[in-house]
Amino acid sequence: MFPTPIEKTSRSWQITYQSLLPLALIMWLLPLIAVAIFSIKPAADFTTGNYWGAPTSFEGITNYMAVFTQSDMPRYLMNSFLITVPTVLGCIILSSMTGFALGVYKFRSNLLIFFMFVAGNFVPFQILMIPVRDLTLQMGLYDTKMGLVLFHIAFQTGFCTLFMRNFIRALPFELIEAARVEGIAEWRIYWFVVLPLMKPALAAMAVLVFTFIWNDYFWAVVLTQGPEAQPVTAGITSFNAQFGVAYHMLSAGSIVAALPPVAMFFLMQKHFIAGLTLGAVK
Amino acid sequence: MTVATVPDMNPPRRKSFYKRNEIALTPWLFLTPGILFFAVYVIIPIFQSFNLSLYAWDGLGEARYVGMANYQELMTDRAFEVSLWNNVKWLAFYLLAIPAGLFIALFLNQTVVGIRLYKSLFFFPFVISQVVVGLVFAWFYNPSFGLLNTALGWIGLGPINVLGDPTMVTYGIIAAGLWPQTAYCMILYLTGLNAVDPEQIEAGRLDGAKGFRMLWHIILPQLKPATFICFVVTIIGALRSFDLISIMTNGGPFGSSRVLSFYMFEKALSEYGFRMGYGAAIAVVLFLIMLVFIAYFLWSMFREERGH
Repeated sequence: MFPTPIEKTSRSWQITYQSLLPLALIMWLLPLIAVAIFSIKPAADFTTGNYWGAPTSFEGITNYMAVFTQSDMPRYLMNSFLITVPTVLGCIILSSMTGFALGVYKFRSNLLIFFMFVAGNFVPFQILMIPVRDLTLQMGLYDTKMGLVLFHIAFQTGFCTLFMRNFIRALPFELIEAARVEGIAEWRIYWFVVLPLMKPALAAMAVLVFTFIWNDYFWAVVLTQGPEAQPVTAGITSFNAQFGVAYHMLSAGSIVAALPPVAMFFLMQKHFIAGLTLGAVK
Repeated sequence: MTVATVPDMNPPRRKSFYKRNEIALTPWLFLTPGILFFAVYVIIPIFQSFNLSLYAWDGLGEARYVGMANYQELMTDRAFEVSLWNNVKWLAFYLLAIPAGLFIALFLNQTVVGIRLYKSLFFFPFVISQVVVGLVFAWFYNPSFGLLNTALGWIGLGPINVLGDPTMVTYGIIAAGLWPQTAYCMILYLTGLNAVDPEQIEAGRLDGAKGFRMLWHIILPQLKPATFICFVVTIIGALRSFDLISIMTNGGPFGSSRVLSFYMFEKALSEYGFRMGYGAAIAVVLFLIMLVFIAYFLWSMFREERGH
């Protein structure tokens, strides 16, 4: 293990390390800790200039309640869910199929198609912006959740195909051959042999896509405009306009907006990291 | 005369076309929906944007063909130059996330009590949306009450208005972007470090390699796959930077924090007028910059595939 395991080092370094750890963490998360403290302060603290002193009273519950009752925040959150969840499902369906096709079968244009997906996944959003916006307008899906969902599914298919295909490649191919010898139809191989084996990869991909889509801001701004369809990342700017310099509200709002992917991460940590680091080791 | 063959009264039932070509057809059936979606929303729009960059179009009326005029205008556009230059800064400084991530990963690669929680909490900034990161850092930099200036005040410095100063603003935003990006690289390196071969480390120790020499000659070569992915995601992230700029400064002050992605959006969609063709031309330039990196990534992947 590198660096040298702490238990094999001198006593003094062990103590230094143990005390350095929490200190470093606090420094690292300082901006967030500040926002968390802001979000439980009463409004009066900001008017009296008590930004960094102890809160004069605990208003956490009031502030967070206000986020949910006095603004469009619940609606934006709902929109975010209604955009994110269908996208994740769509991506799972499409990319498990493309990944299966590219991972299992050998045909001439296999690598070419694979690279098309990979390359498309890297392009800057701006090169797609105007045509995608036009297309969405023409389909009558501008400012709808559906418009965003369709685009997100399509775009994420690039990344997800890369993910799925590499995972399927790593599966033992003998399984598929054995199934073929048994005379099992190809689509049944997909459904009954490969798909069950893909479960951990699908879970990892689902949490990743959930986070990506939840946190998307650019497409939300390009394809939606009002509280009807806007997800929380775009909605928070209107929220901020509504509350101006009420920093306790802005902080509480930001925390609420950031929370679902954070919760997802902590609940599905193993899958999340497995997905993110796929390919980081060989 | 040839004897007419009597047709077999009981021919083996002919397999359907699909059944006969099952192995050849199945991948295409499985690929069709994915390719269709991807073509409509990603591949075709790239070409449409290229085409549109040769037109003047306000998004509503008739598009007018202007040839290379949009690109000629770019050559003399000061705002474009500033954006392009800022993109270079983003590319250069965003890469700091890689050594920083490695440093934190080395710091956390221990087995003390609670280290798992520490690792998760260090990774935390990556999970938060860039919009929130932008808001948080905008407050952090706030000249009247921000934590940065409060801290500077304690040591008798400041106040500085990071986001209000055209010379500092881009660096300020990059610093905010480095926060989640470093966390990302950290997690990649932590996974990489987990897989480092302990025997090689022991052999290195016996040979007297320690500290930095050990890191450089024995550890880093084994972390190559992690470094490659860090490099890919950081480059892409740098060229995609949009959210932070939009949230923290909206391109200001005086357009000094714009990058190509933001300037394109501004030209095409925001109050500066719907100049779709001009926006498309900016997007094409950004795309071509990205293409250099994409080509390199694909080439690396291709070699990898061949190696198998």
